[in-house]
Amino acid sequence: MRRIETDVLVAGGGPAGLSAAIEAAGAGAQVVIAESGFHVGGQLVKQSHKFFGSKDEYAGTRGVKIAEALNDEVSQYGDRVKIMLDTTISGYYGEEGIVTAMVGEEEYFHIVPKRIIIATGAQERLIPFPNNDMPGVYGAGAVQTLMNTYGVIPGRRVLMVGAGNIGLIVSYQLMQAGVEVAAVLEAAQRIGGYWVHAAKIRRLGIPILLRHSIKRAVGERVVEGAEICELDGSFNPIGEPKEVECDIICMAVGLTPTNELLWQAGCKMKYVPFLCGHVPLRDMEMRTSNENIWVAGDASGIEEASTAMIEGRIAGIGAARSLGFVVDEIRLDEFQTRLRNLRAGDAGEKIRTGVAAVTI
Amino acid sequence: MKSDDIVVCRCEEITLDEIRLWIDRGYGRFDELKRILRVGMGPCQGRGCRDIILRELSRSTGEPVESISPGTIRPPVKPVKLGLLIHGEGETSC
Repeated sequence: MRRIETDVLVAGGGPAGLSAAIEAAGAGAQVVIAESGFHVGGQLVKQSHKFFGSKDEYAGTRGVKIAEALNDEVSQYGDRVKIMLDTTISGYYGEEGIVTAMVGEEEYFHIVPKRIIIATGAQERLIPFPNNDMPGVYGAGAVQTLMNTYGVIPGRRVLMVGAGNIGLIVSYQLMQAGVEVAAVLEAAQRIGGYWVHAAKIRRLGIPILLRHSIKRAVGERVVEGAEICELDGSFNPIGEPKEVECDIICMAVGLTPTNELLWQAGCKMKYVPFLCGHVPLRDMEMRTSNENIWVAGDASGIEEASTAMIEGRIAGIGAARSLGFVVDEIRLDEFQTRLRNLRAGDAGEKIRTGVAAVTI
Repeated sequence: MKSDDIVVCRCEEITLDEIRLWIDRGYGRFDELKRILRVGMGPCQGRGCRDIILRELSRSTGEPVESISPGTIRPPVKPVKLGLLIHGEGETSC
């Protein structure tokens, strides 16, 4: 069986993983990035909109361009970073010091890393309702991949469930692609995403129905519509359900950290609602309770690409330093400051509380 | 399946009614439901259903979802063909 040895294994080639690889390689470590998809950049690749936030974190740049910039930075290190695409880290076997990996479904092999940075990102949340398994019910992320990565529109008329940033952005992109959006439903009393994204779709005349949810998907064999209902303050349905005509129901009801490897590795985990699921305890440099494992990005708590990139850089520096490589401590301090700044203010309060609950 | 059935675990085709039935029968932990219903043991290894089932357990026990155990999560994270394991055996490393 093939066996690859490396200083640092990065599980996941999204914004956090690429950033971690850049810093670890920059300090002198040999790095392997295992990416389960067919390209690096993760979710950045399908973000056709410009990012906000800090100029240091690519504000004003489209997500897809940020992915290219990170990829360019990785390639500066030549052979020091080996990128393995279509490769999933499938198991952690600490006693043997190995992880198992699969290329597609065709090859199974071992990686023997000295350190592991887990940057596996997030997965889409689902909510249960009748006929939720019918063709035509999609996750918003899947719709975004179909459209922006593969150039395929999902259908003719979409009902979007969830008015967080993903629901709002994907609704706008659907409109840009010539797909009708019947409405955006939001169970809460207020829009979860940025107002600028909400304003864009309101200007195009798409209704955002607050305190509304989906009751069931309607159709014989595929989605032909949806029953929606109004909710009271405790999220219980009130009044008569209404029927919306649509052939696609798009679920944008949140993400949850992809954490299986962390569980397998015995990292101490805690459920933190503000971070959207079970996340590992970590120190300021993103090292988990397993001394060989670091975490970064959405796997450490659902946040944004900007913070994921900085966490990745911090984790990359931390992992390299633990191997005896000399790292730039001033640079590390700068990343810590940038991370604090991104989480400052009222908007960052929940994240700050969540992160504080798991930072040792 | 009835038309009102809500599928919670797509891999093993387990509905919300079945989950509730087995919770009522005393299968009050995720791992117990996993053993009786195979939820979380299919191709997705619980990525689709675990969250929903933990919330269902929380609802039935009255405990907050953060104190409900998600069960033991073991390798592999996705199915491995037995053929791959057999072919891998005995080959030299490179």
